[in-house]
Amino acid sequence: MTGTASPAIHISGAAALQDETRSPVPSTQREGLTVSMLINGQPYQFNIDSRTSLLDLLRDHAGLTGTKKGCDHGQCGACTVLTDGRRTLSCMSFAAMNDGWEITTIEGLSSADGDLHPMQQAFIDHDAFQCGYCTPGQILSAVACVEEGHAESDADIREYMSGNLCRCAAYPNIVAAVKQARNEMEKA
Amino acid sequence: MLPFDYERASTVREALAACAGSSEMPPTGAPSQFIAGGTNMSDYMRLGVTRPSHLMDINLIQDASLRTIEIGSLEIRLGALVRMSEVEDHQEISRRCPMLPESLKVAASRQIRNMATLAGNVLQRTRCEYFREISWPCNKRNPGSGCSAMDGFNRQHAVLGVSDACIATYHGDFAQALIALDATVEIAGQGANRRIRFAELHLQPGDNPEVETVLRPDEMITAIVISVPGWAARSKYLKIRDRESYAFALASTAVALDLDGDIVRDVRIGLGGVASVPWRAVPAEDVLRGKIFSEDLASKAADAAFANAKPREHNAFKVALGKQTLVRALMEVREMKL
Ligand SMILES: Cc1cc2nc3c(=O)[nH]c(=O)nc-3n(C[C@H](O)[C@H](O)[C@H](O)COP(=O)(O)OP(=O)(O)OC[C@H]3O[C@@H](n4cnc5c(N)ncnc54)[C@H](O)[C@@H]3O)c2cc1C
Ligand code: SF4
Ligand code: FES
Ligand code: FES
Repeated sequence: MTGTASPAIHISGAAALQDETRSPVPSTQREGLTVSMLINGQPYQFNIDSRTSLLDLLRDHAGLTGTKKGCDHGQCGACTVLTDGRRTLSCMSFAAMNDGWEITTIEGLSSADGDLHPMQQAFIDHDAFQCGYCTPGQILSAVACVEEGHAESDADIREYMSGNLCRCAAYPNIVAAVKQARNEMEKA
Repeated sequence: MLPFDYERASTVREALAACAGSSEMPPTGAPSQFIAGGTNMSDYMRLGVTRPSHLMDINLIQDASLRTIEIGSLEIRLGALVRMSEVEDHQEISRRCPMLPESLKVAASRQIRNMATLAGNVLQRTRCEYFREISWPCNKRNPGSGCSAMDGFNRQHAVLGVSDACIATYHGDFAQALIALDATVEIAGQGANRRIRFAELHLQPGDNPEVETVLRPDEMITAIVISVPGWAARSKYLKIRDRESYAFALASTAVALDLDGDIVRDVRIGLGGVASVPWRAVPAEDVLRGKIFSEDLASKAADAAFANAKPREHNAFKVALGKQTLVRALMEVREMKL
């Protein structure tokens, strides 16, 4: 994985709650953590507590609530985003670890003029959801799944999409949607 | 989650130096801990199971060898920060030793495998539900408090390498392929660097289940080195679970078979989902080596593998399932066309 390499930094996101008795840790900044990233092509900078997950940063600090919190423990895939083009779980990453990275959320998938991404359109065409809660994660995961070349067969799609659970069990329609979008993405 | 200071290392030395103050064993209890992919660490920190006050992010260490896959004629060297998905997709490794990428492909989900590192993967902590939920007594999380799983709901728990203090399963898949191939771990330390056999990395629970590995807090895994014999092309990873994907193993096996006609010249067997640590089934290998392969022999080997099993109330099925899994894997690798 590559990222913006930065020199060692010593920062504390927990200054206020620091326990005086514990062993000293290198800590030269105490006013919180500054994190910069490119989200959906826009540069952002945040001042955050070190505990902030990438998911909470996106939802609460950037106001991008399209990324959903299902379990907050890596077990459902609702929080899937693309980090430098690869699908990851935003609930399992501390926001500070994403400093300098490029994040794509569901809000950044359609083109600037508002045209839906072929995967978004395919989900609509195939009615690949009911409540829609898992859908942003499904769509981002599916885009990456096609780009990885892991959407060649139904079995592959099921296996490589297994990290995205759907409580409404829209699975057959999701597979159909991924196939349609795959064909269009490959043509493009 | 308890507050912590976040720091980013740019060299291995820097990472080690920051964790040097903590003489406390084990690393998982130290005030200063490493974070790599974060998929295990963030989970256990959020649950309050792991409580470092200082987190050292090792992802941006400049040393490129940490991120490199090196394929030699005899050895494969995998840098500690290589992501699971990179090895999963590696054609050459797949050709030389299918069980390595297979063991990664069936682990977790693609999103997690894009984040998780190989070193973090082998060091992942148990999924014992009582360990994860901090209101329960647990000797591993809170030494001396008792083991809630012993007479609790222990369906997921281990039957091999268990103790009176802890019966937690080691849930990793990749480690079973590594132990079968007798891989080596390269470790950077404050004082000196060392190399150990992968088989020596994890410790059975014994009386101190809180001590999970031989690593000190100021030591870092830098690489995993695997010598891959030519015959490892005849290998596979078979994983049995409650659902077909995105679930931990109930029983699994990494098997490599060296055949001379029907005679077993050599064989390597790792067992997952059933033991407290990555598990090499040496007694099963001994039953097979030098004999004419048959289903009956495979089944005798499976009996030997589980001869010392210590099942509890809800996990006795793992003995039968573990044996079946091993027999099936052996039969399937025998049939592989190379
Ligand atoms: C829902 C879910 C399902 C999963 N299913 C499976 C499965 O089926 N099979 C499977 O095998 N795994 C499974 N996993 C576990 C997953 O594979 C691990 O969480 C992951 O591999 C850990 O790697 P990481 O780089 O994210 O580690 P981290 O979380 O960053 O670190 C894990 C531990 O290793 C230490 N560490 C990391 N790197 C080093 C180093 N270089 N030197 C010394 N110490 C280090 C850390 O301090 C920490 O204690 C699952 C996880 C989740 C959340
Ligand atoms: S099995 Fe081990 S980890 Fe689980 S409750 Fe018992 S002591 Fe804790
Ligand atoms: S919210 Fe991240 S996987 Fe469920
Ligand atoms: S559409 Fe409801 S959870 Fe998937």
